Amino acid sequence: MSRPRPYLLLAPALAVVIVLFGGGLLLAVGQSLGLWPIIGPSQLSTAAYRTMLADAAVWRSLALTLWVGVVSTAVSTTLALICALALRRPLRGQRWVNFLFQLNIPIPHLVGAIAILFLFSQSGLLARLAYAAGLIHDPSDFPALVYDRYGIGIMLEYVWKTTCFTGVILLANLQALGADYEAAAQTLGAGRWQRIRYVTLPLLRPALLSSSILVFAFTFGAFEVPFLLGQRANSVLPVLAYRRYVDDDLTTRPEAMALSVLISVVSLALIWGYRRTINNGQRAMSNEQ
Amino acid sequence: MSNEQRVRRAGVLNPVVRWLIVAAVLVPFVPLVIWSFSFRWYFPDLWPAVWSGRAWLSLSAAQTRVGLALWNSLWVATAVTMLSLLIGIPAGRALGLYRFRGKAVVEILILAPTIVPTLAVAMGIHIAFIRLGLADTRLGVVLVHLVPVTPYMVLIMSSVFGNYDVAYEFQAQTLGARPWQVWRYITLPAIFPGMVVGSLFAFLISWSQYLLTLLIGGGRVLTLPVLLFSIATSGDNALTAALSLVFIAPAILFLLLTSRYLTGRNLVLNT
Repeated sequence: MSRPRPYLLLAPALAVVIVLFGGGLLLAVGQSLGLWPIIGPSQLSTAAYRTMLADAAVWRSLALTLWVGVVSTAVSTTLALICALALRRPLRGQRWVNFLFQLNIPIPHLVGAIAILFLFSQSGLLARLAYAAGLIHDPSDFPALVYDRYGIGIMLEYVWKTTCFTGVILLANLQALGADYEAAAQTLGAGRWQRIRYVTLPLLRPALLSSSILVFAFTFGAFEVPFLLGQRANSVLPVLAYRRYVDDDLTTRPEAMALSVLISVVSLALIWGYRRTINNGQRAMSNEQ
Repeated sequence: MSNEQRVRRAGVLNPVVRWLIVAAVLVPFVPLVIWSFSFRWYFPDLWPAVWSGRAWLSLSAAQTRVGLALWNSLWVATAVTMLSLLIGIPAGRALGLYRFRGKAVVEILILAPTIVPTLAVAMGIHIAFIRLGLADTRLGVVLVHLVPVTPYMVLIMSSVFGNYDVAYEFQAQTLGARPWQVWRYITLPAIFPGMVVGSLFAFLISWSQYLLTLLIGGGRVLTLPVLLFSIATSGDNALTAALSLVFIAPAILFLLLTSRYLTGRNLVLNT
């Protein structure tokens, strides 16, 4: 096989990644540093970053983004673990349960957010059930779960989708691991919880870590759900960046770019963490054998 | 407790958890379906006071612009899928069949768009697209959709080629087959299932894009998610629900197809 062949075959894909993806990121960094502005002179400067770091709204937004990300990831990973442990034994109707468990993975987040709105808003289905049960007398008595300051509706949507996503990954891992390790522990007298705690969980650790990183990275940069379900006063970083970008005041563009660069840097750091985790996981697995 | 008791106890809890899982996954769809058939459903009614197919009928009305949005979404997603096949098949071949210097770097580069959010990319490239006249056009939207789609197509095709025995091509060549015949009778049939899966992924990813289309399309390129978002914030819940169900139809189709395509084996769960 001739030498230049693989590079030629890869040229179109690399063009997309380098020109569109890389070029887009580079232009964003450049514009955040004052180059190629929409209006005004092109001038290299860190003004946008200084404004961003001094802006209280940015810090509030960062806090909300981290809060939503950490809580969603923790809750969904825990639930996914419970689901995977419950679903791994093939019982009757297994194929249907497996099919339904993955059902929401290809559903767009926008529709998930709309469904959450219909269920959890103050005039939503849950509120009406509370009224029927005599718990509330008015929509405003029902706690604000959407458009609220803690992003509860946003987290509910993330948990709904990412639990199934992580659960599927964990199930695949459990099936690949097989029952041997736990069977061996059982012959040595380990009870059910002991087996889970000392055998299954450590074996699943790489998968748990890597899918947690993926989920957190996703929530950190996600736009649609918080755009629909978030409140106006304080929103997550991607929504804040978008609002600054489409602002009538064109001088806020560099700040918007700076925010989006910040989001990208965090995500890149997370890719690095992800690769570290799976590499360690692979090394651990091969050591086990 | 005895072993029998232990087995019976485990057996009771597990089905309960399973039903809870199924319920939790399906419950959000329930208000979508009910709202789509409602005409009057005010608080605190648990059922619509007046049912009607009004929302579904208005989907075909010109002023709701669903036809236009549907057409644009189909156009863009199909174009993205075709382009991504042209890009992904050779790239997959390179990654699946060859060993070369810098392969690890290439792999990281190609997968980077799956973790880095497309927000910065879209914002950054917008100005270049404006200068090139690609902003507010379907072509611009197609190009920018390639960013999240390409990694998945390349990933799938490279795993297809990883399982592909290139010796068959050599055999065909020794029997006198020309390159296009090798492609048509050897390579294409072998990679076809992977192409189908990759195409479904590409189509679905492009179909669901909201922010990219919003930013690069500038509100001029009306796709289904863009329309759905504005209807969702308008307060017409029935129309929102009906359009949501139309919007997720390809996703459900995708799931059914990938579940059965590989001879009844499920792609993801390997059952």
